[in-house]
Amino acid sequence: MSAVLEPQGQAGHHEDHDHHPTGWRRWLFATNHKDIGTMYLWFSFSMLLVGGVLALGIRTELFQPGLQVVQPELFNQLTTMHGIIMVFGAIMPAFVGFANWMVPLQIGAPDMAFARMNNLSFWLVIPAGLLLVASFFVPGGATAAGWTLYAPLSIQMGIGMDLAIFAIHILGASSIMGSINIVTTILNMRAPGMTLMKMPLFVWTWLITAYLLIAVMPVLAGAITMILTDRHFGTAFFNAAGGGDPVMYQHIFWFFGHPEVYIMILPAFGIVSEIIPTFSRKKLFGYSSMVYATASIAILSFVVWAHHMFTTGMPLTGQLFYMYATMLIAVPTGVKIFNWLATMWRGSMTFETPMLFSIGFIVVFTIGGLTGIILSVAPLDIQLHDTYYVVAHFHYVLVAGSLFALFAGVYYWLPKWTGHMYNEGLGKLHFWLSMIFFNVTFFPMHFLGLAGMPRRYADYPMQFADFNLVASIGAFGFGFAQLVFLYCVIKCINGGEKAKANPWDAKDGGLEWTVPSPAPFHTFETPPTVNK
Amino acid sequence: MLSIGKKMFCSIKRVLGYGLVLMTTPLTALFANDLNTKYNLREPVTALARDLYFMHYVLMGVCLIIFVLVFGVMFYSIYAHRKSKGYQPADFSDNHTVEILWTLIPFLIVVGIGVYATPAVMAQKDTSNAELTIKVTGYQWKWGYEYLKGEGEGIKFLSTLTTPYEQRVNIAPKTNNYLLEVDNPLVVPVDKKVRVVITANDVIHAWSVPALGVKQDSIPGFVRDSWFKAEKTGTYVGQCSELCGKDHAFMPIAVKVLSAEDYSIWVDGQQASFEQKPNKKVAEGKQKNKSMPAESISAVAFSQEETK
Repeated sequence: MSAVLEPQGQAGHHEDHDHHPTGWRRWLFATNHKDIGTMYLWFSFSMLLVGGVLALGIRTELFQPGLQVVQPELFNQLTTMHGIIMVFGAIMPAFVGFANWMVPLQIGAPDMAFARMNNLSFWLVIPAGLLLVASFFVPGGATAAGWTLYAPLSIQMGIGMDLAIFAIHILGASSIMGSINIVTTILNMRAPGMTLMKMPLFVWTWLITAYLLIAVMPVLAGAITMILTDRHFGTAFFNAAGGGDPVMYQHIFWFFGHPEVYIMILPAFGIVSEIIPTFSRKKLFGYSSMVYATASIAILSFVVWAHHMFTTGMPLTGQLFYMYATMLIAVPTGVKIFNWLATMWRGSMTFETPMLFSIGFIVVFTIGGLTGIILSVAPLDIQLHDTYYVVAHFHYVLVAGSLFALFAGVYYWLPKWTGHMYNEGLGKLHFWLSMIFFNVTFFPMHFLGLAGMPRRYADYPMQFADFNLVASIGAFGFGFAQLVFLYCVIKCINGGEKAKANPWDAKDGGLEWTVPSPAPFHTFETPPTVNK
Repeated sequence: MLSIGKKMFCSIKRVLGYGLVLMTTPLTALFANDLNTKYNLREPVTALARDLYFMHYVLMGVCLIIFVLVFGVMFYSIYAHRKSKGYQPADFSDNHTVEILWTLIPFLIVVGIGVYATPAVMAQKDTSNAELTIKVTGYQWKWGYEYLKGEGEGIKFLSTLTTPYEQRVNIAPKTNNYLLEVDNPLVVPVDKKVRVVITANDVIHAWSVPALGVKQDSIPGFVRDSWFKAEKTGTYVGQCSELCGKDHAFMPIAVKVLSAEDYSIWVDGQQASFEQKPNKKVAEGKQKNKSMPAESISAVAFSQEETK
């Protein structure tokens, strides 16, 4: 592939690197990986704000016992759409945005393998996002069956459910195309000399993630298509009266759902594995064990799905199998944590914002990992299933995990993207506000869950009032802290201290630090050679 | 300005009123509930729930030790190995011994946890030799109970939230039993193994009573079971634990555990009032048919092998 592109690059009939359509055409017809990456990132940030507003709606209602602001019907729509929008609209596209920007830059490729398909992948997510938001305004409102869309409740929903199904189908198609693109790019377009085991870890984690996506997005599409036909075409996949089985939906959903969890965290591991060595001024410890650990997590993710379903009443052997398999995931995950620790050990650390977010990620993600161990124990999971303990657990791994790593990555590569250094003070302010308010919001939820407050409740007994109040205050703090981030990013785009090609003096990263900052519109038209 | 002050005064009065209600509730409540912790699993009243309560402490202990050790090392490193102190970076990037160690040790820890937890899994699944079998049916949005086998056979009733709507919309002050009170709690005898067979009529619900260590999804068209053996009389509450639509938060579960004598008195009372009803024959017919009640048979198919 690169051999084909090379002569064109050398022919170089445009030495100016900025030859591209201008105005709206530049974005609508974009085939440049950097432009598409930028659009992905802005889209996902907008969806983060939409999902965040929904979350604040939830927390406002739960501020006090009793029904004050929203009725239970709307409340269930808020929890459902908060989940769907955050997972499919915010976190996943954000990582795809990172992949678009950074994978070609890190491996020395001129662009993504299929530039036009890349354009299609991106422009599919826009109508899907609009459908999700618009579903609030159709008769009956958005789907209120929970982000897991369990049948038969999802069969009862109004037209909002159909819009959500359609949106998820579109997003799935986009994800699959994006993944094929990423896999092809990584396998075929690496700079000469960059063997697989010399690839930056972010590229490795995305390669594995892309395979996971290709494997499980069709499974989700199948599950929601069966819901669609159960709803409108008289099938009975999930209706016991017609010989179907509601629990089968859960099996299919979680066969997608558990790998999905790792789809959202593996690239985060990759980002953190880039940042920790840079700010520790030391090589990443245990590179190959990091790669193997990532692969093991990905493989294990296919055999643990039913730990989300312990309370459906599995046979004893099923419970034991899924319990043991789930516990095993702790081993490769632990290896990663220890490797990051060993990378920091006897380094020469400084604590710029990317490093702060990475350290914050390790600490808070590990708390989520440890509650994960407790939840993996089937009989305890049965006590805690569908309580706020689970809500606390997955926000510790998803917000403090994926989202914090995304923030770390943005601050880390912002100089490369914009050519300016961001304001360090604002970045640090954003970190500390996020870190403190995140914990104020989600730590009390462990207590709520232990005492037995079920999740997805619009109203709760008096005994749960105190911690809900604390969590609601924290949620507003966390929400408004993200405006600091927005301000900091816009300020950085508009100006600031000029960034050097390698502003962090990274020694162990990918090839992105060999191109100037901001990265020119076209990079690596002639493949660089890697010979370390 | 004046009206704002007046409003504030009113709300202060209301808060004080709530406080008063909360303080006096334990004395005046029709039945107290066992939701008296804010931080921890509820006080267990079955052997299984007690095991789980203890197991949670053990695992928390393990997790805390790991957390303190791992992050002790990390924060020491953050403290000591920083550039601002002039610390020069070392040059190492692998060490097979420690890598094998920190793969092996976590592996052994999780094997230990697995072995430790296995008996509880087995105990939880063992629903054999029950002295009383009760069928629980989830409806949108209430619970139905039917005593299938054992003392009280034939009793059936629905159980619905009784918290007045005025409390939910903040017109009336809330009590300690807010959203946890029902008209007909499930009544069971103390120290008897009770098997609950659980199903649903419309969508998936989950029947959950934390103090008894029971949580089981109720699935339309399928029957799953669980069990408990309460060791203490009292009322134990739980709430529907699988999203089931609009009033998911408003279908609590209350289990009233009575002494053997009190339970017999209750059964007699129930059966006396039951016999006066004309549809006795229908009820008897149903007792012989050990599958689903008539209303569920017509609505959903029933798969025999799913009961085990």
